[in-house]
Amino acid sequence: MTVAILSGKGGTGKTFLSVNLAAAAEQAVYIDCDVEEPNGRLFLRPRAVEQRAVTTPLPAFDGARCDGCRRSVDFCRFHALVYVKGKPMVFPDVCHACGGCSLVCPQGAVREEARTVGAVETGARDGIQVVTGILNTGEASAVPVIRAALAAGLGQEDTTIIDCPPGSSCSVMESVEKADYCVLVTEPTAFGLHNLRMVQELVTLLGKPWGVVLNKAEGDYPPLEQFLKETGGTILASIPFSPELAALGAGGKLACRRSPEFKALLQGLLTRLREECGA
Amino acid sequence: MMIAVPVDETKEALCVSFGRAPYVLFYDTEREQGQVRENPAAQSEGGAGIQAAQFVVDGGAQALVTVRCGENAAQVLQAAEIAIYKAQGSAKEALEDLKEGKLPRMTTFHAGFHGIR
Repeated sequence: MTVAILSGKGGTGKTFLSVNLAAAAEQAVYIDCDVEEPNGRLFLRPRAVEQRAVTTPLPAFDGARCDGCRRSVDFCRFHALVYVKGKPMVFPDVCHACGGCSLVCPQGAVREEARTVGAVETGARDGIQVVTGILNTGEASAVPVIRAALAAGLGQEDTTIIDCPPGSSCSVMESVEKADYCVLVTEPTAFGLHNLRMVQELVTLLGKPWGVVLNKAEGDYPPLEQFLKETGGTILASIPFSPELAALGAGGKLACRRSPEFKALLQGLLTRLREECGA
Repeated sequence: MMIAVPVDETKEALCVSFGRAPYVLFYDTEREQGQVRENPAAQSEGGAGIQAAQFVVDGGAQALVTVRCGENAAQVLQAAEIAIYKAQGSAKEALEDLKEGKLPRMTTFHAGFHGIR
């Protein structure tokens, strides 16, 4: 089964749950798609790490061949190309690397150059394969690095955990696309619930089955109960607010290896997820 | 000289946005005639500033008078050697001020609105 762990709000415990779930499974692949701040590796500490660059194509123009027909400039719906003083000009930050300009140029004047936008790191430790997507600072789009991380990690093990970026934008959509099931992590706060609604709408639109893990739980949170009643969702697991778990997490430790109760909770969650995925 | 002025729905006042301005006034100082044209970038999905700058370049402008301008659009305009002047309010008054040399050149350009830096 491939399970995506996501939440609208940052800091609800996506990575905390993801790394511990992978560790509790004992044999698993953990894919960090939170490529702007990939932290899972700090907990899972993979060994024999290899890094591979992720590139996207960027157009470059051959001035000798370009006859100024402007077809590529007019074709670019992102307006990454302009034609000024008889020369095409490229805006790398705006380019979506679709390759359209080189297809429509009748003169063969557009060449694609590889531009490095990030890297994928792979390694393993204690039965857990760790795949980390790393986006270079300042890059506008996380999608190419997320795609590369998923390609490197999917289909290797029975249990694959995808640690998603926060929010509900393109990068999250890309991260959950291949998942069999979506675990929405939330916390008992108005902010947590508000952003839970956003990701619930997203995964519903994408046709993904979903369930909720309530983290930092302190008794009942009636607004969440109400939301689940409205949407037909269920709480798969409830992780109690605990200074002990928080301290382990803050210390870069895998909490499930130190707390037998927490490990039991995660193993129960894994059993439940396997049932939900029909695996 | 051809001067481009992004204007709002009234077609008479400068628009606070360059890229998303609904119209651009092209004013020919020799013939003392202006033409208001629809800005093709107004409804653009992305890169509106770049597209609007291309429109201004293609319109043969040698100067742009605007409230503000983004970094990407400024790059296009600078490559085309189009001078960028800062003004607000009435387009007519701004053109008069430009003629009298009272408009300052724009020196600061804002970053894009799409989370690109």
